[in-house]
Formats: sequence, structure tokens, C-alpha cells
Amino acid sequence: MTTYVGEAVDRVDGTAKTTGGARFSAEYPYPDLAHAALVHATVARGRITRLDTTAAEAVPGVIAVLTHRNAPPLKPAPRVTPLNLATLASGTSVNYLNTDEVHWNGQPVAVVVAESPEAAQEAAHLVEVAYAHLPATVDFAAAEPDAKPQKSNLIMSGGAVKGDPEAALAAAPVALDLRYTTPPHHHNAIEPHATTAHWADGRLTLHDGAQNIYWTRDHLAMRFGIPKDDIRVLSPFVGGAFGGKTMVWPGTILAAMAAKATGRPVRLMLTREGVYRTVGGRTPSTQRVAVGADESGRMTALIHTSVTLTGRVGGGPEQVTSQTRHLYDAAAIRVQQNLVELDVLSNTVMRAPGESIGTFALEATVDELAYRLGVDPIELRARNEPARNPMDGKAFAHRKLRECFEQGAKEFGWAGRNPEPRSTRDGRWLVGTGVAAAYHPSWQFPANVTVRLSADGTALVRCGFHEMGMGGATAQAQIAADALGLPVEAVTVEYGDTRLPTGPGAGGSAQTASVAAALVAACEKLTRLARALARRTPGAAGASYPEILRLAGRDSIEARVGSDTRLGTAVGQLRFAGKLMSDRRRWVKAACGAQFCEVRVDADTGEVRVTRWLGVFDVGRVINAKTAASQLRGGIVMGIGMALAEETLVDPRTGRIMNASLSEYHVPVHADVPAIEIRYLDDPDPTMPLGLIGVGEVSITGVAGAIANAVFHATGRRIRDLPITLDKLL
Amino acid sequence: MKDFAYLSAPDVPTALQAIARPGARFLGGGTNLVDLMRQNIERPDTVIDITRLPLDRVEELPGGGLRVGALVRNSHLAAHRAVRERYPMLAQAILAGASGQLRNMATVGGNLLQRTRCAYFTDLSAGCNKRQPGSGCDAVGGFNRNAAVLGASASCVATHPSDMCVALAALDAVVELESVRGVRRVPLTGFHRLPGDTPQVETEIAADELITAVELPALPVAAASRYRKIRDRASYAFALVSVAAAMHARDGVITDIRLALGGVATRPWRAHQAERELLGAPATEESFRRAAEAELAAAVPQSQNGFKIELAQRAITATLRQLLTEGGAA
Ligand SMILES: Cc1cc2nc3c(=O)[nH]c(=O)nc-3n(C[C@H](O)[C@H](O)[C@H](O)COP(=O)(O)OP(=O)(O)OC[C@H]3O[C@@H](n4cnc5c(N)ncnc54)[C@H](O)[C@@H]3O)c2cc1C
Repeated sequence: MTTYVGEAVDRVDGTAKTTGGARFSAEYPYPDLAHAALVHATVARGRITRLDTTAAEAVPGVIAVLTHRNAPPLKPAPRVTPLNLATLASGTSVNYLNTDEVHWNGQPVAVVVAESPEAAQEAAHLVEVAYAHLPATVDFAAAEPDAKPQKSNLIMSGGAVKGDPEAALAAAPVALDLRYTTPPHHHNAIEPHATTAHWADGRLTLHDGAQNIYWTRDHLAMRFGIPKDDIRVLSPFVGGAFGGKTMVWPGTILAAMAAKATGRPVRLMLTREGVYRTVGGRTPSTQRVAVGADESGRMTALIHTSVTLTGRVGGGPEQVTSQTRHLYDAAAIRVQQNLVELDVLSNTVMRAPGESIGTFALEATVDELAYRLGVDPIELRARNEPARNPMDGKAFAHRKLRECFEQGAKEFGWAGRNPEPRSTRDGRWLVGTGVAAAYHPSWQFPANVTVRLSADGTALVRCGFHEMGMGGATAQAQIAADALGLPVEAVTVEYGDTRLPTGPGAGGSAQTASVAAALVAACEKLTRLARALARRTPGAAGASYPEILRLAGRDSIEARVGSDTRLGTAVGQLRFAGKLMSDRRRWVKAACGAQFCEVRVDADTGEVRVTRWLGVFDVGRVINAKTAASQLRGGIVMGIGMALAEETLVDPRTGRIMNASLSEYHVPVHADVPAIEIRYLDDPDPTMPLGLIGVGEVSITGVAGAIANAVFHATGRRIRDLPITLDKLL
Repeated sequence: MKDFAYLSAPDVPTALQAIARPGARFLGGGTNLVDLMRQNIERPDTVIDITRLPLDRVEELPGGGLRVGALVRNSHLAAHRAVRERYPMLAQAILAGASGQLRNMATVGGNLLQRTRCAYFTDLSAGCNKRQPGSGCDAVGGFNRNAAVLGASASCVATHPSDMCVALAALDAVVELESVRGVRRVPLTGFHRLPGDTPQVETEIAADELITAVELPALPVAAASRYRKIRDRASYAFALVSVAAAMHARDGVITDIRLALGGVATRPWRAHQAERELLGAPATEESFRRAAEAELAAAVPQSQNGFKIELAQRAITATLRQLLTEGGAA
């Protein structure tokens, strides 16, 4: 029975957020609160040779200036081990303020703690640091030819081959071999990273905007050498994250360190510049996509290779070629990801790491092939739509890509489009339309949940998951309300606190499905309990669950899924790994979709405006029509930014980010975003809990491809280097 | 931010007295000064708030010009009826800049004195002759896509970022300055200096002078005028190229013309060369293009901003064409 699932239920935190009642990490008022500010290195690599804190210490209100000379010792960042996934959480391997070495331009080299944020900032400015430079490699374009093939592991495969694609390409009657580049990007969540840290009796309470509070807790426990139960991380509201709050970055650690060193509760709110300097972003990439086809448009060869960077001190590969294993039924396929290590801050996950930029190159190439062949780009995709996973013949768990294109074409009015480039003009505007496929793998992680039902007719769901604005708590309340037959207002969901049963991290678009799986199981347990109680309680037959409790004289009953004991956690992780492996053997799981857009390009100046958007998605069952549509829409907005404007400018001489500000790093503003129509098929994926596939990331994929294709249609120009700024179109 | 003294001046004489203090700066809307103080690019000892000064009115001048008080907010000026009717390019230029909130704060005087947006100017770790004379110019050989192609020197390639000033340059505006020594008037086109080898000296204003007003002379041709701004997103970005143009043509011949460029030069750029080419020329696409090429003939590109030369030529041509066909210039 579903009453709430699928409905456009208002978000449970809506009132708190719109009335200012929601408290974010930088807003916790401790008596005696002190404020911290960072001093950032200004060289890419080097050693601190001189450090003068005299002027900084003289600023009225300064409590302490922490540097590598006086900072409390920290344990080094842990090595990554599959036995403890929290070891993945290190933003970088640098032991902040425990070393005189600088590994990236922007690394924190001192922390000032003061009575006010202004005093802390001023003193930070007055800390004098001199460096001996060490040789550094910071220029991605120059280093990119030296990239090495990425090794495969359990989580990500670096490359794969089917057949002999190079030979097939050489033999193909129609062939394209293209090169693409994409620049680095940053998340730019509206809430800059902020931490409030408070130690009492050797225990740490941390308010930290985070996407994985348990990783944060476990990482800090390792760094400070204390039991993880002595740390409580609270993160009930997070002002956006997009991947940027997944790892533990220096600000979080240094806030805890500063609080420990001064004995004061400390708040460290990064400046926007501080976010750019100490939190990683998306890697830049170069990509090669080559495709061969016969005259009928059947692909005979498909090759996609990429080069991305990692920092020498951290970061990892981004699965740029992942979608190319799944989207087209080419006879021979090769994908290979390559990596180059630079002396820059670690790259990190950012909305659809890999596929966001990988679909740009792939989908632009497919469009180019369609033009080469004189076939409609949607028709070309249909001709190459695989029945089973092209790489290895595995079954798709759910694949409605063709349906997405069909519905989209109908609603967008694709039929009858004149494919001729530069064929439509409206005054000074050249008008073009474009399509691209969206694709993002679906994941599921372990989650522990308790559900308590009370005789007063309310229910309490407890799970330490994360709410960065997606609507997670609302979706889980809807699921519990349906399962327990309660009004949605009667369900309270607690999340964002490490004291709660261990929840999943918010990542891989997997959180809602992960929690839902456990929640549904817990609700089933609970209703079984209630029914058993009813059988033993006179007059309870046919009563509602709360009535059963009242008749039985019970205040509440509770059910739990998963265990937080050491053993329980280990069992949970093993079970998770087992399920992951067996799922992987059986199915390829993913969300997909079709992106349709119209752009206008000024015939004189090359200014590009996106004027229409329709996205049709296969995301399984939708839990909340409103928040799901908002997620999908938000991904498209971010994709528009990626396509047209966003670019982190890293000076190739110094490794320094030169546009660490929202006025110079151009995210789309309202005027750049048209009305965005969202459709989803709402067709449950039978292999997923409640049939739901995550919605968080799929919609950024394909966006840049669709725009690049529309720009070609408008102008006759193929732009293969993002962002598509007007200078490239003159 | 450094501690500073704050005082609010009730009248002009008090403001002019106060500015004699060492390290004193006037505070208009604060939208530029306060940002730069946060970044430690500006570190005044005293901030003199001048927003209470009675310089917040737009007044008629005999003969049809306007006198705009230095404290008139940008949004107020753009909305002013006489401005929209007599100098539409000015209203358009202001509205093309910043955001509604910023324009509500920003003053005319502050807009004239806003600093460059060059990334190396605002990063204390970079070499910048404008911020720290003698420290070099890291924009040369660095990120200079936004840099100037006109009026630059070996020591500085930073653009002047203002939209409003481009319109003022085209409109023959005059800046009124007052100090304890008296009042003087400087044409806007001579107010901002070319960088030469002293890029730190940006304007003609002396350290103790207050901008009290900007005067707009009567200029009938400006009634048919336009401001076109080209930038990297639809709104809320500085100009890559902008054009302020007013034109009058009779019997297919250009009889009056005002043209200025933004985004391409180290100061609001009055396009004298193009104006000379256009005056008396046939009002045709060919004339527009030829004049645009003449204006940009002296342009010197950096490693990343060469596109601005072509873009500026196209923008000039397109703006004049638009004025001719839609703007009532004929
Ligand atoms: C995010 C952002 C985007 C922007 N985008 C644009 C844009 O697209 N186009 C554009 O043109 N501008 C843009 N601006 C800049 C904006 O126009 C300026 O900040 C504004 O005009 C400055 O006016 P103000 O009154 O706030 O000046 P203030 O910040 O108060 O002062 C600036 C300078 O002028 C001095 N000063 C002020 N008034 C006087 C006076 N009467 N006499 C003498 N000295 C004085 C001050 O001492 C200071 O040195 C943007 C600004 C921001 C922050």
C-alpha cells in the first residue's frame, strides 16, 4: 500500500530552513567560543625556512598561533585498507602543522585562534612565512603525456578490452578519432565548509558539515589517537556538498586541533577562498574518443581513453570512461583510464565523478558520427542500443534508455527537426537543438536503522545518514509512514549524528536506496512484532498498530536492522561486500536518461544561451516527486555551468588557483538557466529496494554533450574543449 | 581585517577635513572597498563614511544636462527618468553591471574609483605592479583572458572593470572634485590614467579630494544610444567587451557619433579613432566595420585575450547596426 511514496510531500525541514531555525555547523553558540583562521602556503612545494608569528600574536584578541613548531602532534593519515573504508576519508596524506613541508599551493601552514573571526583573519594575514622552493609539477597540460595506466581494483576498473578495436577502427567505413579536454571544477556549495569543535574530558564533539559523519569520526579518532566512541559528529544540516564534504579536509582536523590546543570550543569557517585552497575539486581531463561504424550506423569500434590527475598527496581516479562500457553495442570496445600525479591538492569526488565529463566526450562523438552518417542522432543511438551489457554480456538490472529518448523526442518535438547546422535563425540568434544520453551507475551501501512505534501513534526512525538538501529525511518519513500506516507528519526521522545507528555516506547517489532497504526491513520486523502482540492481546484483532500497543498496555515497540558493535559492523561490511559482488556478477545497475536542449548563439559575438531543457530519466521508482525533480533539475543546472562557464584556473607556473571566488569562478546564474522540464518513467527497478535508483548524479551527465551538440546544430562548430565560451565560437 | 577608525561625515567640509588623516579613505557603498579590505588589498586606518553627505540628488542643468551627485546610488541613477530618456546607454550600462543588491549600495563616486578585477591584483602572493610597484606583472604569461588589449603597458595589462564609466566616457561627462583647496573639473575621458610605468596611479584624483558630482552635458544624439555588454554568462559577470554607442544619421550619412569601449582597455575607452572614421561616412555595415578595425588597429594582445580584438570589432559593428535599424539613429 502506498499513500505517500511517489507523492510531492513537502520537505520535513522546509520550515526550519526557510525560517532560519535550521542550525548549520558554524552556528553553534558555545559559551567561550573562539574562532580560527588559516594561513595558506603560497608555493606549490617547499620547506618553511622562516616563520614569524610576532605580529600575529600581537593582534588584540589572539589566543594562539599554531604552526608546525608548536602544534599538538597528530598521527599520520592512515593508509587505505579495504578492511576499513573510513581510511578512504583522508583528504590528503599531509600531516598538517606537524611538518615543515609544503605539498600544494594553499596548504594550511598555520592556524590562528582568536576571540573574534576578524581578529583571527587579521592575525592570519600577519603571519610571515618564507619558503625554500622544491621542484614541483603542477601543469596538467604539460604533464598529461606522461600519464600511466590506472590499475584496476574492487571499486573501479581502470580499463577493459573487447575484440580488437584499433583494427576495427582502421577497417571501419566511417571513423572518427577525436580529442577532448575538460578543465578542473569546484563544487561551490553555498555553505562554505565549517566546523565547530569542542573537547570535554578528552572527548570531542564536532559540528561539521559532512557527507559521511562516520568517516569523519573514525578518521579523527585515528589522527588524535582516541577511541572513536569518544568522538561525536553532528551534521543535521549541510548547506550543499556535491561531493566536496565527503572526505576529511584540513579545516575539520585543524578546528579539532585548535580546540584541543587552546582548551576552548573553536569554530573554523572557511572563507570561500579557503574552500578552494583546502578542499579538492574535479580533475581536469583529456580524452580520446574514437568510433568506427558501418554504413548502416552499427558501431564496429569504440575506444575511450582518458587522462586525469591525482595529487601526489591524495585523490584518486575518476571513472571517466565508465559509461562507455555500457551505452553502445559496439563489436569491439576499449576503455582505458590513465593517471598523472601532480603537486596539487588532491582531486575529489564531485557530482558524477567521471561520467559527468566522460559523457560529454562520448555523447559529442556519437552526435558527430550521426552527422557523418546522415542519421538522426536518436535513431543512431537506437540502432546501437544493446540488449545486454556490451562489454561482457551481463544482464541489465533495468534499462529504459530507449524509452527515455522516445518520450523525450515526443515531448520536445524532435521529429521534423531540420538537422542542417545553421538552419534556424531568430533575429541575431542562431538556434540549435541537441540531445545526449545520461548514465550513472547505481549503488547501495549498508545502513543500520531502528524504528520505534509509540502508542500515541507516532514513529521514530533513527539512522545516521546525511541531509545536504536532497530531501533524504522526507523520503524516509514517507517510506516509514506507508509501511506503518501512519500519517507522514507522525513520523520523525533522526539523522546526521554518529550516536545514531550507523548510516551510509551520502555518495554514489546511493543514500536513499541504502537507507530505504534497511528501513523497509525494520518496518517489516516491527509490524510482525505488532501483529504477534495483537494475537496475544484480547480485542486487538483488526486494530491499527498504535491501537494494538495501547490495548496491550505498551508505550512503544522497537525494531532494529544492523548492529553497531564491532562484530556487527564487520558482519555488515562483509554482507555488503558479498551482496555487491554477487549483484555485480549478475547485473549491470544504473540510472539513465535522455537530455534534450535548445541553445541560441549570438551570430556576431558567440554568446551562448540555453533556452529550453527537457530531461527524461529512468531512475526507477520515485519516492518524492518534488525533491526528486529538484535533484534532477539541480544536476542539469550544474551541467549547464560545466558546459558553458565553469573552470578552475590553476596557474601552470605556480599551481595556484587564481579564481578562488564566486565572482570569478562562473557558476550559472538565474539568467543562464531556462525553465527545466523533468520527466521520469517511474518504473521500479526490481533489483533495488522499493525499486528505487538514486537521482543525485545522473542528471549532470549528458548535459555538456547535449549543449555541445546543440551549439554545433546552431553554428556548425564542434567545440571539444570545455567550457564552451564565446571566444571559441568567434 | 585590520582594525580601523570609522567616522561618518555629516557634511562636505567635515569629510574634507577628515580625509587629511593619514591612511584615511572615503566609504561610499563599500561594495568594492570593503571587499578589498577583507582581502587585505586595501588596509585603511580610517574609513570616512560619506553616505550621509547631501550629494545624493540628480539635478537639472541649464540647457538640458544633468548634474549627478557622487552619492547617488547606481540603481537610482539607472531608474531616473531623465537618464532613461536622454541617456539610455547610461541606464543600460548601469543595469548591465553587478547585481540588484550591489547596485542599490554602489555610488556614482565609488563606481568611478572601483579597482581592477585582474586576478593577480587581488592575490597577495602574485606579482602586481599596480598593487605593489616594482613586483612585476604576473598576468603577462598568466591568466590574461580578461586583460586589456588597448592602453596597456609592459608594467600593467589590467582592465578597468566599470560599465557605467564606459557610458560616461561616451557622453562627455565631467567629474567634479573638491578638496580644501577648492573645486576642479576633469573630463571623464581624462580622469582615468593609462598605466604607463606607474600603474598604481590610476586616476587624476588627489589623495585628499572628494568626488562631489558627475555632470552630463546636454547631448541630443544620446537619446538614441545603446550599451551592449558581452560576457561569459548572461548576468553578473564583468565585460569581456562592451560598447556604448550613440549615433545620428541623416540621408544615410552619419552626422553625429559617440563611441566608447569597456572590457578591452586599461581605462574606459573613448573610441576617438572610430568616431573620426564614422563622422560623415555612410551609415553602412562597411563603415562600421572599417571604423571598428581602425579603433582596434593599435590593439596588442596577450597570450589569451587576442579574441577580444575580433570580438570588439564585431560588437561595435553589431551595436551600430542595431542602433541604425532599431535604435532610431536614422
Ligand atoms: C560581485 C560583484 C560584481 C560586480 N559586477 C560589476 C559589473 O558587472 N560591472 C561594474 O561596472 N561593476 C561591477 N561591480 C563593481 C561595482 O560597480 C562597484 O563595486 C561599485 O560601483 C563601487 O561603488 P561603491 O559606492 O560601493 O564604492 P566603495 O566601495 O564605497 O568605494 C570604492 C572606492 O572609491 C572611493 N570613493 C567612493 N566614493 C568616493 C567619493 N565620492 N570621492 C572619492 N572617493 C570615493 C573609496 O574610497 C574607494 O576607494 C561588481 C562588484 C561586485 C562585488
